[in-house]
Amino acid sequence: MTTTSMAGRVGGGLQRQGLAGMPLAALAVAVSFGSLLPLAFIALVAVQTGWTVSAALIFRPRVAELLANTAWLVLLTVPLTGVFGVALAWLTERTDLPGRRLWRWLAVAPLAVPAFVHSYAWISVAPGLSGLPAGVLIATLAYFPFMYLPVVAALRRLDPALEEAAASLGHGPLRTFMRVVLPQLRLALCGGALLVGLHLLGEYGLFAMVRFDTFTTAIIDQFRSTFNGPAANMLAAVLVACCLALLVGEYRLRGWARYARIGAGAARAPNPVSLGHLTVPALLLPVIIAALSLGVPLLTLGGWLGAGGVAAWLSPQLGSAVLQTAVLSLSGAALTTLAALPIAWLAVRRPGALLRLLEGSNYIVGALPGVVIGLALVTITIRVAHPIYQTVWTVLLAYAVMFLPRAILGLRASLAQAPVSLEEVAHSLGRSPGRTLWSVTLRLAAPGAAAGMALVALGIANELTATQMLAPNGTQTLATAFWSLSGELDYAAAAPYALLMIIVSLPLVWLLHAQSNRLAGR
Amino acid sequence: MTASRRSVLAALLLAAALLPTLPAQADDGLVVYNAQHEALTRAWADGFTRDTGIKVTLRNGDDTELGNQIVQEGAASPADVFLTENSPAMALVDTAGLFAPVDAATLAQVPQGFKPADGKWIGIAARSTVFAYDKRKLTEADLPKSLLALADPKWNGHWGAAPAGADFQAIVSALLQLKGPAATADWLKALKAGGVAFKGNGAAMKAVNAGQIEGAVIYHYYWFGDQAKTGENSANVALHYFRQQDPGAFVSLSGGGVLASSKHAAEAQAFLKWITGKGGQDVLRDGTSFEYAVGNGAASNPKLVPLADLQAPVIEPSTLNSKAVSDLMTAAGLL
Repeated sequence: MTTTSMAGRVGGGLQRQGLAGMPLAALAVAVSFGSLLPLAFIALVAVQTGWTVSAALIFRPRVAELLANTAWLVLLTVPLTGVFGVALAWLTERTDLPGRRLWRWLAVAPLAVPAFVHSYAWISVAPGLSGLPAGVLIATLAYFPFMYLPVVAALRRLDPALEEAAASLGHGPLRTFMRVVLPQLRLALCGGALLVGLHLLGEYGLFAMVRFDTFTTAIIDQFRSTFNGPAANMLAAVLVACCLALLVGEYRLRGWARYARIGAGAARAPNPVSLGHLTVPALLLPVIIAALSLGVPLLTLGGWLGAGGVAAWLSPQLGSAVLQTAVLSLSGAALTTLAALPIAWLAVRRPGALLRLLEGSNYIVGALPGVVIGLALVTITIRVAHPIYQTVWTVLLAYAVMFLPRAILGLRASLAQAPVSLEEVAHSLGRSPGRTLWSVTLRLAAPGAAAGMALVALGIANELTATQMLAPNGTQTLATAFWSLSGELDYAAAAPYALLMIIVSLPLVWLLHAQSNRLAGR
Repeated sequence: MTASRRSVLAALLLAAALLPTLPAQADDGLVVYNAQHEALTRAWADGFTRDTGIKVTLRNGDDTELGNQIVQEGAASPADVFLTENSPAMALVDTAGLFAPVDAATLAQVPQGFKPADGKWIGIAARSTVFAYDKRKLTEADLPKSLLALADPKWNGHWGAAPAGADFQAIVSALLQLKGPAATADWLKALKAGGVAFKGNGAAMKAVNAGQIEGAVIYHYYWFGDQAKTGENSANVALHYFRQQDPGAFVSLSGGGVLASSKHAAEAQAFLKWITGKGGQDVLRDGTSFEYAVGNGAASNPKLVPLADLQAPVIEPSTLNSKAVSDLMTAAGLL
């Protein structure tokens, strides 16, 4: 204990004389300021529109209706994903369920299928699906892995001693689970719920296909009729308020309890619960979930691929969509990672009040849906930044703003593993700060940067709304091409695009799976 | 570790090297803001490029989305040509004074009634409003006599439309022109209360075919297009033409115009001339769009009910007001 704090103090002293500090801090502030532009812009438009007009556009029955829709969607879907996530995680982590390794993969795999492809599959199977029930069903199947992943990671790190103590005090397995295990999953569940909630607020394609109106679909409808009219901007303002409410709600629900294990040595691995004669019914859960979340999309996709035949693959637009998607994802990921570097460096080397402010702002902006960022950047570029209007830079900027948190996360973790003393040694050997950063720090941070870049690139590859609004003339990515073809009901021609998006996303599944293993120290 | 730093570096370099290949940096040729069906405009653009060697780049969107976008862009608009599915968005850009006059030779290729009086844009194709109904559920006698009849509570929950789409909003603009704002607002209120909202005309027809609703207000060509393919979305559907100059018999004019700010004015005029001339109008007759041809003496697809038999109401296309429509629809809670 004493040694650690000593080391901390000494390290802190050295850090204060660290290298390349000021320029990076300035850059970090600049990046965060840039990412706040869309938010500031929406406030500005609200002010410009004037209170009476804004109020008339915000306090109207349609907004109430959308608010109710959105609230129901979140209140139903988040608990459902929680139940599925926890049940699956418990079965695959804590029991002797046959084929656990396989089920673990299959519980993450639905993330490789873009949400609007889930929807496309379901309305192919059941064309009558629509409204809230359809939205809840499909969103649950598309997003439950966001719950499963953190819960699995938390379950693995729990110390079984607590549960044994509960059992020795006469609690049955169910009571033990409810009173001992579940409370310890609180942080994981809150984090998962936030992620699912933000996806529900920001998703367009999934809900548009099943005719369920949320703020995001309504903003797109307004955009399609009036471009960036005041009604669209006011809906965006309400949507931003909803996102902020989720962030605050999650922060409150998280609570202030501490969950760290104290005590000597490492926690034992828990003994798996023997399911016995319950094995077969317990197997039904992962089987059914896999059938609904993977079987339905893959089988329908297979059906449409068969119907489309070879001809669907010969469209000249397919090749160009693949190329454009690749270029946008790679350059977007590169730019976003570069932009994330100063903040991540600051987070590791200069934690403090400034950093918390920057992190907080990035966190909020990262929670904003693509449609809000798109709408804001369209208007900003058309009015004041015309030279980059409709250029690739605008859409790359949107990607950077949207996916900055992903890149920071990856970079921060690996920068933290690069010892500051190495930088100091390099410096004392005569390397300039910039060169030290390049040859020591970045070399060590490269794996994290690569993982973060991959996550950003995959996010971009499946992005629909901001791309549609901002991309240069003639741009057609896999996602936008899929969307326009399925909009024309040409499901067979859309199938190859969907398949390619899934293939491109498979590394994401692998990465997330590997990450959750690493978190658990396996 | 070195390997993954190298891969990061490689990705960076690759991205940097590929950036110039993105469309914005390449030479776009003629930039067309296209709200027409992409397949139709692509066929036109390909034909035009084949005949003239001029490259065409499309930016796809909806009528009033692109119309409002052009107005916002003003003189700095990258667009050379604007093509729509319906007239209101053309009127919007025209009112903002952003169109150059269409060449007289081009205007002469299209008869009166298919171009606005001021000659700032020109009709390129036309489409008719229809009531697409489930022929298993409705007989001729059950069909609404007028578009306004759908406001009757007996239709509640039984009919639908795609209110967020430009097509439907054009029909509303005709209704507004023919019956005035009060009647239009009432009718929209009835749609909000009793109609089912779909995300597109195709989806609305598909719902009729699947028996989810009994009928939908859409344009005629969705049915013909599907029939020409597999018929899987229209096998149970028949079309009812309202006729008798009813607002529901509205024939909507797709428009084309050249932006005054175009840096390729000559090529842009040539493109409009090509579309309204024999080459472009033959695409309408022979292609899969099933929209009506509007050129002088140009024949439409023989499967269609002839334009002359539709008894459409006469409306000056430049009077159709998209802003008034989107305001009315926002007020009705449809947007």
